[in-house]
Amino acid sequence: MTGMAAGALALPPGTRLVPFWNGAITPIPSADKRQLADAALGAARSAGASYADVRIGRYLNQFVTSRETKIQNVTNLESYGVGVRVIADGAWGFAASSEVTPDSVARTARLAVTVAKANAKLQAEPVQLAPQKGYGEVSWRSPIEKNAFDVPLKEKADLLLAAADSGLKSGAKYLQGLLFLVNEQKYFASTDGSYIDQDIHRIWPAFLAVAVDTSSGKFEERFSLSTPTGRGWEYLSGRPDDKMKGPPGTEVTLYGDSYDMIEDAAQAGRTARRKSKAKSVTAGKYDLVLEPSHLWLTIHESVGHPLELDRVLGYEANYAGTSFATLDKWRSKSFKYGADIVTLFADKTQPHSLGAVGYDDEGVATKRWDLVKNGILVNYQAIRDQVHVIGESESQGCCYADSWSSIQFQRMPNVSLAPGAAQLTPAELIGQVDRGVYIVGNGSFSIDQQRYNFQFGGQLFYEIKKGKIVGMLRDVAYQSNTQEFWNSCAGICDQRDYRLGGSFFDGKGQPPQISAVSHGCATARFNGVNVLNTARKI
Amino acid sequence: MPPFSESEARALLDRVMGLSQSEGCSADLQATRSGNIRFARNAVSTSGITDDATLTVQSRYGRKTGTAQVNQFDDESLTRTVRRAEELARLAPEDPEVVPLLEPQRYAAVPAGFVDATAAVTPEFRADTAAASIAAARQQSCVAAGYLVDAASWNATRNSRGLFGYYPDTTADYSITVRTENGGGSGWGGQDVNDVRTLQAESVAKLATEKAAASRDVRAIEPGKYTVILEPAASVDLIQLLLFNNGAREADEGRSYLTKAGGGTKLGQKLVDQRVTIYSDSASPELPCRPWDGEGLPRSRTPWIEKGVVRNLRYTRYWAEQKKKPATAQPGNWIMEGGQGSLEDLIRSTDRGVLVTRTWYIREVDPQTLLYTGLTRDGTFFVENGRIAYAIKNFRFNESPVIMLNNLDALAVPVRVQGSETFGRVMVPPMRIRDFTFSSLSDAV
Repeated sequence: MTGMAAGALALPPGTRLVPFWNGAITPIPSADKRQLADAALGAARSAGASYADVRIGRYLNQFVTSRETKIQNVTNLESYGVGVRVIADGAWGFAASSEVTPDSVARTARLAVTVAKANAKLQAEPVQLAPQKGYGEVSWRSPIEKNAFDVPLKEKADLLLAAADSGLKSGAKYLQGLLFLVNEQKYFASTDGSYIDQDIHRIWPAFLAVAVDTSSGKFEERFSLSTPTGRGWEYLSGRPDDKMKGPPGTEVTLYGDSYDMIEDAAQAGRTARRKSKAKSVTAGKYDLVLEPSHLWLTIHESVGHPLELDRVLGYEANYAGTSFATLDKWRSKSFKYGADIVTLFADKTQPHSLGAVGYDDEGVATKRWDLVKNGILVNYQAIRDQVHVIGESESQGCCYADSWSSIQFQRMPNVSLAPGAAQLTPAELIGQVDRGVYIVGNGSFSIDQQRYNFQFGGQLFYEIKKGKIVGMLRDVAYQSNTQEFWNSCAGICDQRDYRLGGSFFDGKGQPPQISAVSHGCATARFNGVNVLNTARKI
Repeated sequence: MPPFSESEARALLDRVMGLSQSEGCSADLQATRSGNIRFARNAVSTSGITDDATLTVQSRYGRKTGTAQVNQFDDESLTRTVRRAEELARLAPEDPEVVPLLEPQRYAAVPAGFVDATAAVTPEFRADTAAASIAAARQQSCVAAGYLVDAASWNATRNSRGLFGYYPDTTADYSITVRTENGGGSGWGGQDVNDVRTLQAESVAKLATEKAAASRDVRAIEPGKYTVILEPAASVDLIQLLLFNNGAREADEGRSYLTKAGGGTKLGQKLVDQRVTIYSDSASPELPCRPWDGEGLPRSRTPWIEKGVVRNLRYTRYWAEQKKKPATAQPGNWIMEGGQGSLEDLIRSTDRGVLVTRTWYIREVDPQTLLYTGLTRDGTFFVENGRIAYAIKNFRFNESPVIMLNNLDALAVPVRVQGSETFGRVMVPPMRIRDFTFSSLSDAV
């Protein structure tokens, strides 16, 4: 339990015998963390570990939810604990506990060694860990302007209520709102000699507006066009410079570095009504023009996941699946993942992205690298115990655990589509399309366990005829095959249109863990994609 | 931290009540000790043990509420958490939907929930289970990936009106995917139990291995409407999605598949085939679960669909008060009644059809019709003249569970099963369905 004095454990010089951090709202003092970490690392070594790392984590969440013009829930969550990972007899072992004192973290470390030794007898070959230099004592913080946890609750409630009011006055019959704040305070130390302190912030404002037609019993939903982001409260400032008018004929406003929730709620009310009267799509082949608020999810599913090396190797076979992007395709240096104009890169450094951190959860500094270069598969996403498989000598720094109590493993970095080199706006791109559909916002998404066959919906669909948007469509989903789809890419707008979308809830692993990840792109065109009509009668 | 005996849990929650300065307070304790092992490529990949306990406190002033959660239990942490909940409650706007705290309730005894043997699982037991699973796959020159997770949890609830509940629970969930060495075939098996002594990992692993070996050479057949035999793991997610969406409020508000044109709901109407009956019951010996829901309501036996008719919708306490109906607890399990015979009997009585082991990545396409898309996975076979004739490529489907259960052809005896992405406690029978819509082929194995 917290509040206890250090026990009989042999502790490093300088150890104090005073109460430890007691979980108060102030951050955990660095000296406490270092002492706890050293207790864990020392105990692991003494028990026979050849490598150990320890993560002392304090995870804060705040949710404020609304239903129409009522605030329904205000919740603060706090979780504090320690996870210790070791290699002993060539096998991994892990243990975690919410008791954080030198005695208990040492006990947890010894339990991790016991787990490793039990597993070692099944180990076909010992864990091969890429070397990693120790960084000493370093720190990193999300580049936020205003900590959202410091914003008074009233301001948050007022925003949600104003958004609801705006949506309800504009045609929505119901509107549920959410403010979701995350702060990960993570301290990592390893037997490599790193002591890494990180303070990570994320925020996600969102809502669901619903328009209802009682006489027909029909309803239409429209989700917010916001994105979860690695920003503070400043994301909700809705700066005029961060707003973009959608292409002519759409009457939609899109958002960049900040978001106007009240304005978006109003347009959601209007568009949900309009959508309910829109023309039902005729199934067939169309050229698709996909806006960043939609395309990020297609990138996530059809590029981010298949290029996770643990999937490729079979480690996720029992749950998330494996991958079509097998090592032989990568080794050929000629596997055509996409058209020549398609370059997709991994990046854990892009400011304000959800995946941005200074160091990953096994103490590796983050970086950017190409996955698909000019259409060719060139690399994967790999961590310390995998990189030898792809002939690299150091990890790519994309290891993550969603809690102190979870085992860290390879997670998707931000994976983004490089913008086009030539000047091109979304309106100009649409102008080149004879028969197509322009899609805004992410909707339904599903892809097979090897990432071949996918089907996506969206929030708003517009029919393109002879280079012009001629009206809204409904009942639209498109279905394709990953390689076919990316090879059909026929145009990508330039850097001016590049924006991040993302998710708080990328799921993988057993037990399932979540991860927050962003995907950047500019509006892009894909030719001849199969569009389904999803209308049914029950 | 864990375990918490009933008296320890009561003492802790009494301390919380004693700290409360608000007009009303409720507190929930969940303590869990959990161990797991993952294996892949015929070796252990990760394995761990976690102890944690969370305390969630909700404070209220009139119709203003605030909630705070913590996982530290020293006096200072408890005090700080209660004060934070109170501070949030004072700052929160009035919520007219807040209902009074529940009076003390009588919860059903659920004796089958906690099994000492499951709470006592060791790292060696987990490693031995993984070893036996891998051995089964190796015997057929196949590669195993799988997972065993066991957990003991201690749940307690208390409020300032005197309500108290205590429920200890254990579970062990095992699943395995076996693939042929060339990646051309794949088979899956799983088992979900409260008593780890009833876990038959080796026989489940052998079945998954047989399916992988039998699907080495697959044929492609055209997408379209087919008679399908859905194993429990193939239908469990769709069945749960049907039931997740049975809220009375959404139906009354006109935004549910259970909304009637012109207003009102489909309560009391025939929705699906008359052989479909689905109910919840926390005291089920085969499928025990915590006997109260998130609002503290007792989870008594509740039929949701009876002989094809919508018998109950889920009324929260607030909505029940508005509509002058009894509140219905959020279910902790779902049991779909079946027919006679086994999966094998269903196969034997099928002239032509597709046998689906498991489905995957199911997502909503249209909430209006409850249309979902997803894929078959890890063992899809064509059945001819009562026998499995050959393995076939996987399909994507676009189907509504409402349509699916209207096209019901036959049911076997229900089986306890866990979904691929929905983690509720469920029993569903193997079922044969006519005209199931496969919309495209998938190359995935």
